Amino acid sequence: MYNFTYSNPEMLSDAEHLLGTGESPTLLAGGQTLLPTLKLRLAQHSSLVDLGRIVALKGIVAEGSCLRIGAMTTHWEVASSATVAAAIPALSQLAGMIGDPQVRHRGTIGGSVANNDPSADYPAGCLGLGATIHTNRRDISADDFFVGMFETALENGEIITALSFPVPEVATYVKYPNPASRYALVGVMVSKGVSGIRVAVTGAGNAGVFRDTAIEAALQKNFVADAVPESGVSEDTLMSDMHAAADYRKHLIAVMARRAVAAATS
Amino acid sequence: MTELLVGKSMKRKEDQRLLTGRGRYVDDIRRPGESHAYFVRSPHAHAEIRSVKKDAALASPGVLGVFTGKDIQRDNWGSIPCGWVVTDRYGKPHKAVPHYALTPDKARYVGDHVAVVVAETYAQARDAAELIEIDYHELPPVIDLATAMSGAQIHDLAPQNLCYDWELGEQAEIDAVFARAHHVASLDLVNNRLAPSPMEPRAALAEYDPAQESYTLWSTSQNPHMLRWMLSENVSGIPETKLRVISPDVGGGFGMKIYCYPEETTCLWLSKQVGRPVRWTGDRSESFLADAHGRDHRTRVELALDDKGIFLGLKVDTVANMGAYLSNYATSIPTYFYATLLAGCYKTPVIHCDVKAVFTNTSPVDAYRGAGRPEAAYLIERIIDVAAMEMGVDPIELRRRNFIKPADFPYQTPVHLIYDIGDYDASLDEALRMIDYAGFPARKAESKSRGKLRGIGVACYIEACGVAPSQLIGKMGAGAGLWESAQVRFNVTGTAFVLTGTHGHGQGHETTFGQIVADMFGIPIEHVELVHGDTSQVPMGMGTYGSRSLAVGGSAIVRAAEKVIAKGHKIAAHMLEAAENDVEYARGWYSVPGTNRKVKLTDVAKKAYIPVDYPVGLEPGLDETAFYDPANFTYPAGAHIAEVEIDPETGTLKIVDWVAVDDFGKVINPMIVEGQIHGGLAQGIGQAILENVVYDSETGQLLSGSFMDYAMPRADDFPNFKVGYTETPCTHNPLGAKGAGEAGAIASPPALINAISNALGIRHIDMPATPQRIWRAARAAGAADAQKE
Ligand SMILES: Cc1cc2nc3c(=O)[nH]c(=O)nc-3n(C[C@H](O)[C@H](O)[C@H](O)COP(=O)(O)OP(=O)(O)OC[C@H]3O[C@@H](n4cnc5c(N)ncnc54)[C@H](O)[C@@H]3O)c2cc1C
Repeated sequence: MYNFTYSNPEMLSDAEHLLGTGESPTLLAGGQTLLPTLKLRLAQHSSLVDLGRIVALKGIVAEGSCLRIGAMTTHWEVASSATVAAAIPALSQLAGMIGDPQVRHRGTIGGSVANNDPSADYPAGCLGLGATIHTNRRDISADDFFVGMFETALENGEIITALSFPVPEVATYVKYPNPASRYALVGVMVSKGVSGIRVAVTGAGNAGVFRDTAIEAALQKNFVADAVPESGVSEDTLMSDMHAAADYRKHLIAVMARRAVAAATS
Repeated sequence: MTELLVGKSMKRKEDQRLLTGRGRYVDDIRRPGESHAYFVRSPHAHAEIRSVKKDAALASPGVLGVFTGKDIQRDNWGSIPCGWVVTDRYGKPHKAVPHYALTPDKARYVGDHVAVVVAETYAQARDAAELIEIDYHELPPVIDLATAMSGAQIHDLAPQNLCYDWELGEQAEIDAVFARAHHVASLDLVNNRLAPSPMEPRAALAEYDPAQESYTLWSTSQNPHMLRWMLSENVSGIPETKLRVISPDVGGGFGMKIYCYPEETTCLWLSKQVGRPVRWTGDRSESFLADAHGRDHRTRVELALDDKGIFLGLKVDTVANMGAYLSNYATSIPTYFYATLLAGCYKTPVIHCDVKAVFTNTSPVDAYRGAGRPEAAYLIERIIDVAAMEMGVDPIELRRRNFIKPADFPYQTPVHLIYDIGDYDASLDEALRMIDYAGFPARKAESKSRGKLRGIGVACYIEACGVAPSQLIGKMGAGAGLWESAQVRFNVTGTAFVLTGTHGHGQGHETTFGQIVADMFGIPIEHVELVHGDTSQVPMGMGTYGSRSLAVGGSAIVRAAEKVIAKGHKIAAHMLEAAENDVEYARGWYSVPGTNRKVKLTDVAKKAYIPVDYPVGLEPGLDETAFYDPANFTYPAGAHIAEVEIDPETGTLKIVDWVAVDDFGKVINPMIVEGQIHGGLAQGIGQAILENVVYDSETGQLLSGSFMDYAMPRADDFPNFKVGYTETPCTHNPLGAKGAGEAGAIASPPALINAISNALGIRHIDMPATPQRIWRAARAAGAADAQKE
């Protein structure tokens, strides 16, 4: 770890100010991605602004047909929340599959989404449910938010404050874990509701999470498991690594989507 | 009289300390004025070191020194040795390439030690290390084992990157056997490279005492005496009297911590250079890069059978990866701990093995849990299943037809070893019973009704433990004898210190050895204190590996305890006013049969230290040392059966059942042994389906450099293991014990791969059988089936 200064303001406005100060400041949420990166000296920041004490960034509320989750809500809080379980059980399920208990107790939804790891689970949750990402400056739809691998629409100094999820008619998340990391080798969120039919895939794409339009189109006609075709994406756009080649990932997309639809319709 | 402890599942004495964070590991030890070393490791797999610019680093805050291999060489410190000379097929010794603690000329793998920074703090050392400018001239890396011999030469001494080309058996003999075979089964297989990954990374702390001109080295070593020996004789020239090596609590080793490593060697040198104690504690990234790895073979195996399925001959052709340098025992693993086990449990009359050991630009490879024996068991048990499949014979039946039977012992194999005892049918019978083998077809049908493929796989293994009879291994090229020492110091108040040259790092020696000694002396186990891991306290010993601690170290303890009892006999006779011949000893009491006269060993001990009324001419004291050299290896054997279910749609594997039936001879503590089995199974199953060290074949970068990519098994990857025992006591040691540490890691890879192949109806699938590989195999097998229909 290189040296940095550390602050943990109580007000969002203070955090905003601190994030605009110094050479290379950054936000600290649960630290589950940031701290290992710092320890390995893969990143260097002049200061860390810890969001942990800002009460306004925490909490889960059902607002009509929407579920609003504060950016600093941990995976464990989402997984064990009765409000989430009642509104969008698929989201509880997804959060409960992230990492291990220690990671779930520290890691946050805002941190995960801001980080946009191509194998992380929440990006599929957001895109697959048609979520809106609220920041200190604006609202961004999930469709516009996830730009590429570890890349988002967030600008310098922008802080995610909360996420809103429209409550779907049905939704299921199915994850095929990487045998080593247990991140998603392929994870598929399928939902049907106000945002239409959405099939969002994480773990597979070269540029991070994406919607599988061929599968969505087939499900539009007939929302049953047997209607799920092979994934419509080209293998060239999928990751190939020591764990899984693109063709295997592509195959798993359809299998996971089929299983998700089967679970959603049973 | 107290209850006998041997044979009881006693809770481990050491666990209270270890599980409540009171263990004392190298990193817990603090010395006044200690400084921190940080190693600059090569980012390139193969590169000439043209120059090293130290100035900026030297000027960095807190820095006490920056050193390179040239600096150590100037001090006449030598190369880290390889202690086992393998003589090749032409009668020449293996290529003993140099291995300096810091490489002076060339970096030979990613992670190789190029320079070291010593500073007041770890962070300062690391900061300074980033300021060192090294001019590398990159060379083409040699990574792929299959093409290593045609790659760029890594060592001047080793043309074609060949360390040795070694042969066991007669070519003409094996050719003749294969010429008259009814059937020949053949298979190409890979024994994948593994990163041992104990919980505690390697660490070292070295201190120089200028007054005594002596050094102390705390190290995470499995064998402190051997480390002292090598550092003294081969590397540093420091007399053994001036070098104390201490291995305190050590958090797992699995073979990987047997060796003398560059880091601890460098710290030792630095301690005098900078005049301060110097500490290094590796982090997990460094472990992946620079701990000795295990396995890494490519093999073609061929089995010749007659028309009745009787084995006629076995032919094995292996290329074994040594990595970039020779680790201390690397040469012996794919030869004398591998080819000598190729008879397995079977009466194969002719065996031929060819091994080419080659250098590559990867981390050195040496013994890891099982060491050679897993590689042997894997290919034997795989080729038998392949032969059974091709000949349409039941694989269980084929094994039984070829087993060495109880009446055949002692059995001379065609590959050096003489097995003393065993009963392979007994273990197999028990394993088949425990897993309900007869019920398998019904279970398979039930799985099929759910779209799943069920398979069952058997492996019957044998291993050579109790390493090792000195004369036999001396003939094979070992540079050391592998006897063990023990000293029993009976104290005046009736407690006993037991000093052993073995070293416990998770095995529960304090308990197992305590049980033995408590029974022999009739004293509570709490009164037995095990001392190990300190060369200044314990007589010269040979350490812990090769499942030797109980069979060899425990036997030495028995011998030393017997000497104590024998001396006590003389004192007791004096106290009882009886002739020595009239006195009997049993579990802590000397008595004169037919009378009520008796005296306790603990009272005898007191007498030995207060010898005012004492046998004439007898030395005072009750403190005896024994050295035990085993007459033979021990031969644990057994049968493991795995049952699996595969989801062909995704390639997902579920191990639904596992039975391990082992013959370890006499078992001292069944609970500890069961723990050893579970651990071995975890590592063997890890090898079979999860673990794989992967280097980029073009750049030589380590791709599996963290647990994000190196698939370490987790508890939920396993079923509940069912463990059973059969028992044929070892015939040549006083405990009848054979050793249990490695069996699980030896038996499980073939059992599991046999089960997976059985489920898929295929000949073979390489390790690790990951979901992707299983999915591909299932698809290919499905396509082949569809074509048949
Ligand atoms: C062992 C392990 C296993 C894991 N397994 C999984 C898994 O299976 N699936 C999965 O999805 N993830 C997994 N993770 C990652 C985990 O979910 C992390 O929680 C997540 O990646 C980052 O969240 P965090 O709160 O820890 O963020 P941090 O690490 O604190 O921050 C991550 C990044 O986001 C930025 N950031 C944080 N909060 C905000 C905000 N409110 N606004 C703007 N930027 C912000 C930070 O500046 C930083 O750049 C795993 C992590 C570990 C260590």
